[in-house]
Amino acid sequence: MKKSLFLVTLGAVALLSATAIAGTLDEVKSRGKLNCGVSSGTAGFSAPDAKGVWQGFDVAFCRAVAAAVLGDPMKVEFVPTTGQTRFTALASGEIDVLSRATTWTFSRDTDLKLTFAGTNFYDGQVFLVKKELGVSSAKDLNGATVCIQSGTTTELNLAEYFRINKMTYEPVPVDSSAEGERQYQAGACDVYTSDGSNLASVRASFPNPSDHVLLPEIISKEPLGPIVRQGDEQWADIVHWTESALFAAEELGVTKANVDQLADGSDNPEINRLLGKEGDLGKMLGLDAEWARRAIAAGGNYGEIFATNLGDQTPIRLERGLNALWTKGGLMYAQPFR
Amino acid sequence: MANAITFPTLEPHQAFRLSMLLNDGRYRSYTIQIFVLMCLMLGIAWLVDNTIRNLALLGKDFSFSFLWSTAGYDINQRLIEYDTQMTHGRAALVGLLNTVVLAVLSCALATIIGVVAGVLRLSGNPIVARLTVVYVEVFRNIPLLLWILVFGAIMSEAVPAPNAFKGENATAGMILGAVAITNRGVFIPEPLFTRDLGTLNLGIVEPSLNAIAVLVVVIACVLISRVLVRHANRVQSQTGVRPVIWWKTMTVLAAPPLLLLWALGFHLGYPELRGFNFQGGFQLRNALIAMWLGLGIYTGAFIAENVRAGILAISKGQTEAAHALGLRPGKTMRLVILPQALRVIVPPLISQYLNITKNTSLGLAVGYMDLRSTLGGITINQTGRELEGMLLLMLIYLSLSLIISGSMNAYNARVGLKER
Repeated sequence: MKKSLFLVTLGAVALLSATAIAGTLDEVKSRGKLNCGVSSGTAGFSAPDAKGVWQGFDVAFCRAVAAAVLGDPMKVEFVPTTGQTRFTALASGEIDVLSRATTWTFSRDTDLKLTFAGTNFYDGQVFLVKKELGVSSAKDLNGATVCIQSGTTTELNLAEYFRINKMTYEPVPVDSSAEGERQYQAGACDVYTSDGSNLASVRASFPNPSDHVLLPEIISKEPLGPIVRQGDEQWADIVHWTESALFAAEELGVTKANVDQLADGSDNPEINRLLGKEGDLGKMLGLDAEWARRAIAAGGNYGEIFATNLGDQTPIRLERGLNALWTKGGLMYAQPFR
Repeated sequence: MANAITFPTLEPHQAFRLSMLLNDGRYRSYTIQIFVLMCLMLGIAWLVDNTIRNLALLGKDFSFSFLWSTAGYDINQRLIEYDTQMTHGRAALVGLLNTVVLAVLSCALATIIGVVAGVLRLSGNPIVARLTVVYVEVFRNIPLLLWILVFGAIMSEAVPAPNAFKGENATAGMILGAVAITNRGVFIPEPLFTRDLGTLNLGIVEPSLNAIAVLVVVIACVLISRVLVRHANRVQSQTGVRPVIWWKTMTVLAAPPLLLLWALGFHLGYPELRGFNFQGGFQLRNALIAMWLGLGIYTGAFIAENVRAGILAISKGQTEAAHALGLRPGKTMRLVILPQALRVIVPPLISQYLNITKNTSLGLAVGYMDLRSTLGGITINQTGRELEGMLLLMLIYLSLSLIISGSMNAYNARVGLKER
């Protein structure tokens, strides 16, 4: 009897919980925090610091969105995802935005029904090997054992690269960057392959980074950026334009330090529009006028975010390269704010 | 119905009224059951409807066509032909075979460990008995995933890398020049044939005809030797004298297979260090060994308890009677106690075999490419077909479990107590 009562209750609850799906923006606002999917522990991109506060390049982006939408960069719940769980987490609504060095590919955009909000990091797949192995080119890797994160585009690129070059390899699939790092350090694989930025981050955490080399071949294009579910255009716009605002801020010379001062008004109309002094761009997004100002104040403009998390002052020491502004020979280009 | 409540009366032919569905004990249970069934069906209908709506909302359709598209990813352990240009369906099959191999190996190991430990725990020698208690309690009470990770870490960190075998002052050597234990796996010699009979094309799989030939001959020899033994038994029971047949059975068992192996040009291929790694030979990957040891030793502790329970269920009089007949303790256990204990041991053993089979899905923790890692991991991730993939995965695990429990139940019926 108890069992049947339970079943009846279950049925009733199931019927009642069939609620209409609201827009992501309203959902985030009513929840009061942004659920942001990140990788679990990649130094420089997303990892909790000693105090348990998440830090990194991908994290900074989540904070900018939270600041724009909710007014507080700390109102973010970080959900660690693996290469295999990230898309399911996004599709099921567990997270509102995925900021996890995820490559923009055709099938993910179309078949997986994701919307890429833009590229905030241009990367490419490379190989990390121990110096003592004496390998100077990826073409010498025939027969090598390769650690690879399971379920990534890296895995497919690797298979294709070795097939095209008529080489064989022994894949050791790993679940996370940390596990790959452990296996590589234990010597269970000769090579660890991943995006260049990821490997730079991995190498920086080794006791003696100079014993390891990144091979010169870049075997793929990896445009990385934040992702949202397909079908919610307003939310996709918010994420895209928050990202663009960070690019534009660097281009226009708006920094974390001077954003408040510039928000009071400047003689550059585009800065005025961006920071909410002129026009009503914020309203068009469904936000208030100061959305971009808060997003920039959260962690600085794109250049500042890059410098604090990945740049020369950090152990990762990545060069801007392709990730410099278009005005400085890179690919970072914000659509006009007008 | 605005009737007043009716009370059951003693009249046998009372006319049926609708209110009796609730008030009459004869009908009430049916009413409740039908109501609950309808609620359950409503619940299921809601779930299905909700799924379809949500899929439509996400713009996804429901289709298994992804199984026929190119997989593109590599699987290191493959029992059948597979390369990255084959389909996701093929990759799933490779993963399924890996799951089955691991399950069979682990069940065998767990059974051996379990029976030995179960018997030893009842040993009269206190040291042996206590050590077994320690083994059982330590392994039973720590989660399986941790054991798998421990064995995985041992296999990747505590054994030498292949380049330790290299050069003049190598720090590691091969065992008997034939077996190399490295952090990439254990390399053992592999059987090779100089004459190849080719392969048998069965569509999906192409087993080697050499292997089939050897298998057929060995089975035939075993069957013939059993005929010989049965004949000897018959002669013994009729005449009281057992004919000497050991040389006959030995010849039957050994000669034909050896002749066949010689005819096919059988030899061993030894692993040797070439380039980055050992080449040739048969590679038992670390992931397989870690999973095998983890599953086998962990579940062995549970089986040990089943075996102990089974032995304790047999009355002590059986042992005493066997001893009174002059049977030694070993023979008493093997011939008297264990056969009777089996009917207590086998039913929980079936559950343990099912546990092992399902627990193989922890393989990804050490990078073992089983069904969960191929179909349930990479394929789902690359194609975005979570629902279809998971349904398929559940269906396959369900079928596997039903097959195991079906065949084990058949075995149980055979060893069970036969009352005549």
